[in-house]
Amino acid sequence: MAYFRSHVLVSVDPKCIEKGAFELMGALQDELVKQGLVDEVEVLETSRIGDPETSAPDLIVYPEGVHYANLTIEDIPFLVEEQFIKGRVAAQYAREIKEISDEELTVAQAKEMRIVLENIGTVIPLNVEEYIAHDGYMALGKVLTEMTPEETIQEVLASGLRGRGGAGFPTGLKWRFLRNAEGEPKYMICNADEGDPGAFANRRVLEGYPHSVVEGMIIGAYATGASQGYVYCRAEYPVAVKTIRTAIEQAKDLGLLGENILGTDFSFDLEVRMGAGAFVCGEETALMASIEGLRGEPKPRPPFPAQKGLWGKPSNINNVETFSIIPQIILKGSEWFAGIGYKKSTGTKTFSMAGDVKNTGLIEVPFGITLREIIYDVGGGIKDDKKFKAVQTGGPMGGCLPESLLDLPMDYEALDQAGSILGSGGLVVMDEDTCMVDIARFFMEFTQEESCGKCTPCRIGTRRLLEILTRICEGKGKPEDIPTLRYLCEQINENSLCGLGKGAPNPVKSTLEHFLDEYEAHIYEKRCPAKVCKALIRFEIIDGLCTGCTLCARNCPVDAISGERRQLHVIDPDICIKCGICEQLCPYDAIEIK
Amino acid sequence: MKVEVKAGQDVRKLVRGLVKEKGHEKAELIPILQDINSQLGYISDEAIQELSELMNIPLSHIYSVATFYRMLSTEPRGRHTIQFCESAPCHVAGGRVVWQKLQAELGLENGETSEDEKWTLITTSCLGVCGVGPVLVVDHDIYGNVTPDQVPGILSNYE
Repeated sequence: MAYFRSHVLVSVDPKCIEKGAFELMGALQDELVKQGLVDEVEVLETSRIGDPETSAPDLIVYPEGVHYANLTIEDIPFLVEEQFIKGRVAAQYAREIKEISDEELTVAQAKEMRIVLENIGTVIPLNVEEYIAHDGYMALGKVLTEMTPEETIQEVLASGLRGRGGAGFPTGLKWRFLRNAEGEPKYMICNADEGDPGAFANRRVLEGYPHSVVEGMIIGAYATGASQGYVYCRAEYPVAVKTIRTAIEQAKDLGLLGENILGTDFSFDLEVRMGAGAFVCGEETALMASIEGLRGEPKPRPPFPAQKGLWGKPSNINNVETFSIIPQIILKGSEWFAGIGYKKSTGTKTFSMAGDVKNTGLIEVPFGITLREIIYDVGGGIKDDKKFKAVQTGGPMGGCLPESLLDLPMDYEALDQAGSILGSGGLVVMDEDTCMVDIARFFMEFTQEESCGKCTPCRIGTRRLLEILTRICEGKGKPEDIPTLRYLCEQINENSLCGLGKGAPNPVKSTLEHFLDEYEAHIYEKRCPAKVCKALIRFEIIDGLCTGCTLCARNCPVDAISGERRQLHVIDPDICIKCGICEQLCPYDAIEIK
Repeated sequence: MKVEVKAGQDVRKLVRGLVKEKGHEKAELIPILQDINSQLGYISDEAIQELSELMNIPLSHIYSVATFYRMLSTEPRGRHTIQFCESAPCHVAGGRVVWQKLQAELGLENGETSEDEKWTLITTSCLGVCGVGPVLVVDHDIYGNVTPDQVPGILSNYE
């Protein structure tokens, strides 16, 4: 493995690319060749470093951690000479890095705990030597030489690891089912069909630490007796597909996959299968149907996949995150893992934070942390310091939880009891400007479209839910709509075939429970409290604030605004399409939404 | 559509080549359909017929699979396909106004192709880049943190 004394990380954020990041990288590489430094200094791509608006294009030099900003190709020769030949900072290009105060840093850091994400961002994903240098494939060596398959299962079972895809079934138990199942061959499948909108942890693991998934799968195969494996990855993640494919090739080249792995008599092969855009394929029986070349429609269980799975053979499916934790459990021991977490939920969980929260992105926290800590301490609070309204956990099958439930310790059971799910760890934070009826309608649009259509409660039930919710948002809600919604939710949940249908009513059920007043305002008062539903709002210009600058009238796409210069303007409600452009533009805040 | 008219034989040749490369197993059906879709822009009737004969799979099955998956299209598409992320995080982050602007700018509704065959506008499920929502993809280029006023500029990047 080559050793470099310096690493240069060039930001390839879209803004930086626009401002010539790749040309800069090329010039840097050329200059390093010219100066004979290519074996000493490595140039790499990285994501955003500083604020791209003010610093693009920029780069960081390690180990010093000097941030150079606003560079041009002409600056490169001098920079290389100063930084890498003379060994001093080229001060005129160096950017003062705003130091994050200890307080800010410690709050977020103290709450986070990274096991899955630990090495993501610090190792080069497709450099297998770097993975090995971080104890990669050591766990595989350990199970193959020191542990029997049964001991391996026992270790995973003792760790308390539960499925990170959302259902939370104990992984060790699933493995035991497969081990004890009769029939050959057995299949080990990785569910990388991360379809939940707002969840992107699996993408990050596949792209940033693919070998951990490969290793976890090989260990799983050894423990269960599986001889063939599949990674089923959604086609919406082209980079992840490419990365995991290459990682598998590398593992094959090193004898970590294929016949007689590490010289033992254990053999296992692995292949990638790509989805083609169907949310329901994240459901395990639908996923297997898709691998077989069929429509991705779920099958009733039993028989469970461990008995009759892929091509009718015993199979086991685990999530990306689950597999990537396995090597660490083997290396550090089940006791270490079981010591982290809360009650029956051991270890850590990644959450993908999105929506109206200051710090969006991926986090990893131990189970037992409260939603309030996640949103306010790790997430930095609500954007623009607005008021928190709800957080939707677990993707489109999850519920919307209000302020009063923020102190809930996060684990599989607590969220279940609160009418939501942990799911794959998506967290969509919503502020006071969100209409909860509109959100429920929005999620129902999603599930209604993604319903595979096989079973009636899901196919027709979600359609009916959507129709009623749309009607309410349009101001045509009827008093009997609320009990009808409740009835439908119950029926769909009880009678649907798979998890998609069973979970589909959750957004409606939870908003009905926690935000009933908003439904009532829509239905009885024909009013949208968050001022989102177009049919229930009107735009008016406030006398006294309007200066008659004509800006709104000039920009109205339908010419609904009239008025003389320096005179009060008026919006004609019959023409107005409620696009909101006037409200955004008015420099005097004279436009009011009623 | 152009590909088809210009080179009817090429469609069958393409299908034959793919089946030869990947094999006749039913499990290869979706990967083959994906390749046809990306090379032809869509899965034409002719391609389905050829595939049915070569793989010995009923037309109805191939058609049912091709229409089940969102990323496979049985209709011709424009030269550039715009995919707009319709997922909740993008919606919450201001996606609605961007979507309206896109539709207005192109004069297209979801799933439509422009008359000059330049654009096809569709929605996509989550692309997993929710931290920079709203997100749209033109062909293979991803644009994040999109605001309505950036839309004309983004569209002007494409011929």
